[in-house]
Amino acid sequence: MSYFFNTESDIAEMLKAIGAESIEELFDVIPEELRLGRSLDLPSAMSEIELTRHMGELSAKNKSTESHLCFLGGGAYDHFVPAVVDNLAARGEFYTSYTPYQPEVSQGNLQAMFEYQSLICGLTGMDVSNASLYDGASAAIEAVLMCRAATRRSHRVVVAGTVHPEYREVMETYLRELDCDLVVVDSEDEVVSPAAIEAALDEQTACLVLQHPNFFGCLEDMESLVATAKSFDVQVVQIFDPISLGVLKRPGDLGVDVAVAEGQSLGNPLLYGGPYLGILACRESFMRRMPGRIAGQTVTDSDRRCWVLTLQTREQHIRRDKATSNICSNQGLFALRASIYLSLVGPEGIKEVATHCLKKSHYACEQLESKGWMRRSASPFFKEFVVRDPRGDISACLQTAEACGVLAGVPLGQWYPHLEDCLLIAVTEKRSGQEIDRLVEALAFDGEPNETNRRLDRPHLQSASQSL
Amino acid sequence: MPDCEVLQDREIRDLLPETAVATKPLALPELSEPDVVRHYTNLSTLNMSVDTHFYPLGSCTMKYNPKRNERLAGLPGMAHVHPYQTESSLQGMLELLYAMQEMLGEISGLPCVSLQPAAGAHGELTALMTAVAYFQHRGEARTKVLTPDSAHGTNPASATMAGLTAVTLKSGADGCVDMDDLRSKLDEDVAVLMITNPNTLGLFDGQVKEIAELVHDVGGLVYLDGANMNAILGVTRPGDFGADMMHFNPHKTFSGPHGGGGPGAGPICVNEDLGPFLPKPVVGLRDNEYYLDDDRPLSIGRVRSFFGNVGVLVRAYCYILSHGPDGLKKVSEHAVLNANYMLSRIRHILPVPHGNRCMHEFVASAETLKKNKGITAMDLAKRLLDYGFHAPTVYFPLVVPESMMMEPTETESKETLDAFCEALFRITEESSETLHSAPTTTLISRPDEVTAARKPVVTWNPGD
Repeated sequence: MSYFFNTESDIAEMLKAIGAESIEELFDVIPEELRLGRSLDLPSAMSEIELTRHMGELSAKNKSTESHLCFLGGGAYDHFVPAVVDNLAARGEFYTSYTPYQPEVSQGNLQAMFEYQSLICGLTGMDVSNASLYDGASAAIEAVLMCRAATRRSHRVVVAGTVHPEYREVMETYLRELDCDLVVVDSEDEVVSPAAIEAALDEQTACLVLQHPNFFGCLEDMESLVATAKSFDVQVVQIFDPISLGVLKRPGDLGVDVAVAEGQSLGNPLLYGGPYLGILACRESFMRRMPGRIAGQTVTDSDRRCWVLTLQTREQHIRRDKATSNICSNQGLFALRASIYLSLVGPEGIKEVATHCLKKSHYACEQLESKGWMRRSASPFFKEFVVRDPRGDISACLQTAEACGVLAGVPLGQWYPHLEDCLLIAVTEKRSGQEIDRLVEALAFDGEPNETNRRLDRPHLQSASQSL
Repeated sequence: MPDCEVLQDREIRDLLPETAVATKPLALPELSEPDVVRHYTNLSTLNMSVDTHFYPLGSCTMKYNPKRNERLAGLPGMAHVHPYQTESSLQGMLELLYAMQEMLGEISGLPCVSLQPAAGAHGELTALMTAVAYFQHRGEARTKVLTPDSAHGTNPASATMAGLTAVTLKSGADGCVDMDDLRSKLDEDVAVLMITNPNTLGLFDGQVKEIAELVHDVGGLVYLDGANMNAILGVTRPGDFGADMMHFNPHKTFSGPHGGGGPGAGPICVNEDLGPFLPKPVVGLRDNEYYLDDDRPLSIGRVRSFFGNVGVLVRAYCYILSHGPDGLKKVSEHAVLNANYMLSRIRHILPVPHGNRCMHEFVASAETLKKNKGITAMDLAKRLLDYGFHAPTVYFPLVVPESMMMEPTETESKETLDAFCEALFRITEESSETLHSAPTTTLISRPDEVTAARKPVVTWNPGD
């Protein structure tokens, strides 16, 4: 059980050096009345064997993307993670190190951070990137706060109703006490209407937050939305899907001011929602207002190129209550994984991944439509789409599909009451044609699952990989 | 990639409008797999880490990260689980998270728990937002947050982000709260006092109960920054010494790991009055089924997407179960023993201005060395790197001149601590020239940080 490595005689010698009779004596400074005076009421200690058994049992109570075919999306996706990513990120020199406060012995992490920033700029076409934030939602709200501070228009932010509902909830929580109206532009269709956005913007609006491809998987009319925002001198924050940039124009090409994303898709496991990776990249003029850590290149006195944490006067440990943000960490390990992933797949690889997502999701959609699961919208989509359950009983449908070995989609009613009978279905490059057919069968299925459709014909992969 | 198998006869432009489609390939490198493996493997060797070096970085609790936790967090039902799966398909995960809520509630003495915050600073912000909602519900519009001058910078920064005003509280010479200054600043405008206890000097502020009572007397709340929980597990509980809210740093106290600067997690625990205002969802238990409780009308809402930094929480769960109640108490006992031993060995060279005893860490001062030999805390820190030790935290907290904050943690043996102390002794015998030019054996010597900030280069430019 224990990770204490002092022997009894060590302890005796240590106490002698300290001049204490016992370890308990070292706690004399804590007034007796404040002591717990009993043992914590926790389960008793487990050996590694017992803990391994216990965790195996808990794990077995969960369905996973290894036991089931996953068509769930909504901001977290079952993309393929190459073995190289797990293998390299499992190196103790990476994951058991900390913030590179001593650059001389942290050049590995610092160079990796700098490369991450460079890769994100290459991916997005933006000028600068920070070294990452908590997740996509935190990146989105930090982008909003940055735009408010930079424009000095702090009282109004406009967000499309097609932005991830949980991201909007986070924005609402953060902005509630900051004297700022968060105006949500709803839409009947699965894309936001440029006219409705135009009506919501004014010269006092700090920024317009859009998601493209949006929460429903659809492409927004970015060209006219950006033009509209520019006409009010409003900053545009685009939430993007990193994988989509294999086929879609980059945020930088679209002329947005800040690009943010959930970076989970880039080589990071699903982990029931976290930790993930908040990507934030922006125009150069925002550089000194960016939240979070930034690695910068410099030289030593012998003129050797090296890297350090830089622009720290933005940060809380120096500026305290005037800091650009309270964030004092970055998702180092997950940024590293994203860098390894992007380095491995390269420009052609990411295009191929994106093309698979595009074609496979369209194939799935066509097949489902042929079974009466119709789309509501005619808007183009990338890898995710919304279909309506012809029988109108989503929860029964999901249970049946699950029994057939398929995690079929995300029900939308919890966020959009008018979409109560709709599913959001995501198809990644991992799915084969046959697996997509299984989804279609599972959703079109009208009866009790039997042994043949219950079990998937594939080995249960025992993944004991390092994956945070 | 395998063959696409489907829609092979269709092109991208058949499926997407031309205006949306990229016209040129992404500006990413093209590398072979072995090149990528070599590049990152070689980069990793340029880092010091807990797996390779003693890392007594004060306030960061760089303890050993058990390998078993890595393996168990990688089990398919833990690592490969989508956040929008049905609750019935997640009973094992929800059971774990529910247990985690219960265990953190017990360890803190504050029974209502939100696992959502993604880091300690995020926990602080979330708790302050929770406090604001609580006061509003009571019809009070309090605006001030008191933060001691010795506190982590995140405390005042979080206050600003929560729409509150940070007011600095003076510390006495011992880093404990100056009671007169506290009394003079307490009024009905005070929403929250944020306190770190044990404080950043590694001392337990024995006045904490009295402080809490004074704050409560004016209707305010006490927030405990849980950065230093490694000192008091199973010994005393924040809820019992007057705190109303706190965050844990599972990446510190419950063995993380730190991941090169993240991810961590920042779960918060609050008392029952504040519980209804916590972020939603939390995990509930009803008829032997675990579920996500979203029906919380007074909740401040979400502070991040999905559930939280579950991967970190799973490791913390494994860590707590590995220790059990007695083991956790032993963690603190050994952390405190190790710190006191180090203090007792080095104080004749590096005086510790605030007493001969400490909790899990202490702050030594290189002021005398600086006066006599021109050797600074930074010089010592850099020279330690040459001796194969990570440096302590230097120049924090500011209340000690030439400060070196050392936290050995419980997972180091006496032998390691002795080796570190011997190295320090030898270093202080070295010439000041040697120390000013340290480190000399690392990959690089001291970088020019001023130029880095004045002329920032934050992305790679071909030709640089």
